[in-house]
Amino acid sequence: MNESTLHHADLSERFNADEERVNWHDETLWWIRQKRDRAVNLLPEWESLREAASQIKNNVLSRLSEYLVAFEARATENGITVHWAENAEQHNAIVVNILQQQGINQMIKSKSMLTEECHLNEYLQQKGIEVIDTDLGERVVQLAKEPPSHIVLPCIHKKKEEIGALFHEHLGTLEGASDPMYLTAEARKHLREKFLTRRAALTGVNFAIAETGEIVICTNEGNADMGAHLCDVHIASMGIEKIIPERKHLPVFLRLLTRSATGQPITTYSSHFRTPRAGKQIHIIIVDNGRSTQLGRKDFRSSLKCIRCAACFNTCPVYRRSGGHSYHTAIAGPIGSILAPNLDMKKYADLPFASTLCGSCSHVCPVKIDIHDQLYKWRQLLVQEGHVSSSKTAAIKGMNSVLSHPAFFKMAGKAGRWVIRHIPFAVKNPLNVWYKQRDMPEAPTASFSSWYQKNRKHDKQK
Amino acid sequence: MTSRNKILEAVRLNQPDALPLPDTGIFKGEDIEVLEKFLNAVSATGGKAVMAGSYDEIAHLINQAFSGAKRIVTTVPELTGMTQIKAGLSDAHHLADVDLAVMNAHFGVAENGAVWITEDLMQERALPFIAQDLAVIIHKNNIVPTMHEAYDRIGTSVYGFGSFIAGPSKTADIEQSLVLGAHGPCSMMIFVL
Repeated sequence: MNESTLHHADLSERFNADEERVNWHDETLWWIRQKRDRAVNLLPEWESLREAASQIKNNVLSRLSEYLVAFEARATENGITVHWAENAEQHNAIVVNILQQQGINQMIKSKSMLTEECHLNEYLQQKGIEVIDTDLGERVVQLAKEPPSHIVLPCIHKKKEEIGALFHEHLGTLEGASDPMYLTAEARKHLREKFLTRRAALTGVNFAIAETGEIVICTNEGNADMGAHLCDVHIASMGIEKIIPERKHLPVFLRLLTRSATGQPITTYSSHFRTPRAGKQIHIIIVDNGRSTQLGRKDFRSSLKCIRCAACFNTCPVYRRSGGHSYHTAIAGPIGSILAPNLDMKKYADLPFASTLCGSCSHVCPVKIDIHDQLYKWRQLLVQEGHVSSSKTAAIKGMNSVLSHPAFFKMAGKAGRWVIRHIPFAVKNPLNVWYKQRDMPEAPTASFSSWYQKNRKHDKQK
Repeated sequence: MTSRNKILEAVRLNQPDALPLPDTGIFKGEDIEVLEKFLNAVSATGGKAVMAGSYDEIAHLINQAFSGAKRIVTTVPELTGMTQIKAGLSDAHHLADVDLAVMNAHFGVAENGAVWITEDLMQERALPFIAQDLAVIIHKNNIVPTMHEAYDRIGTSVYGFGSFIAGPSKTADIEQSLVLGAHGPCSMMIFVL
């Protein structure tokens, strides 16, 4: 099978080959989920904040065209150059054009999932432009020639020994050294030299304020600020959905974002850029890349409310045990699984099935996106559109006829219990993927309905 | 049609009917024991808050705590014994060897230990990020309960750049081990006057 056609189940199997690592990954992310809970439980107004954030984002999506025009006008007045990109290719071409106009062939970049979505790094490489990621986790995966596996914790799938080996090879750290404090200090030295010598810095955007034309960028490391305040040209890439109407709406989101992401009450830096420094440039690239299409899909529109906190990743029993790379898309996890099919239904048809539909994602989402409902709705749409394998479709159709005919259901149950007791190999075999890494249940001697009939009679006799 | 107009047209066609904005005025923090809450929140960010009686005392405390520092700079006019930094005097890159930067902040936030600093207080935007250590001065009457009151204070004020800073720069990207001093300051001291 071609690497690019591998699906979530195949890629999860690869991740699951190392059971110890899966357990460690699972526990680490659950620990972050618990930190989130502790932070959230300190705020009695948490649910009201979620509701307010949800309503603000609903308002933004309903008046997005006006807000975008207002934002552009204010930002332009502030001395910022605003660009528009319909898709990834246009976005990447705009970046290269800005750099070439300034004669720049080296750039640093802080975290931007949008540029991952656009595959900017590969494009820049083809154009002979060097790009260095400055977020520590992103630098690690860049050196490993891998994509990030988590939108907040890019190298959460890597053990410190592996990071130590990477740094030894690329940064010349001591062989065998894996102490996080030592490795971080070495990365600080390595990247500080880049901050001081590069003339262009690209950042993402957390919030763009329509009222004032300013953008807000949140980091813990300070890498977005180090890049932006030392460069001649600051390029900020944002999806059209990053708009917030007014400055007074920011506290709602800043209070929700980091508590949901890591359990901190706020990131170390929440930086508000309104104008460029004297003699320097800020360029903002506003990117559509399928978002306006998603806006038109009534069932999936609200996925655009996402503020990229990754709480849904950390709580997801599937993500925790399958790893970010199993989603083969820039944004993994439950939210990624409802965003990706919008970009390419065929390529990402497997992702809405990478869920137990337990609903934990929707419960932790700070902007109240009904993630698990949308996963369920995507499944239906993908089957209708013919993007789901024939065996899965046949199984679903089979279940449908069994479940809608009571007599058939009764008979099938009886047959099933007999098969599991007497000829288990008929169902537990390599052809039945359901039994992969699952144990056979003990077959009960009677069905629930016969048990119920019998016991209800007992109850009545009492 | 330009890309701009194509995007705006597609958005206009696909956006639902206008929905109202909620009233965010309902969110109000409790204005009690804000100083104590702020001091606790600062230490949770990895920062260190110190009560001080005067600018002279702050200067003395800084000289004690950073006796080994080669280059200490400030943007606070009252700290007369220190090297003053003014905007535009030199390129921001010349701040690369600053050991400690000292500046005023407008106010602090009790719920998270952050302080709000705008460009006029930094003089150079790079200064609070590029210094190896950062010290910030706020007045004890300038502490607000939550981010809602913080933005009430900011209101419609005009700044080129402003940042909420909560403690030293940090990362936990390697196996979730918290390390202070990612790219920005390795420590943050807050003097409360």
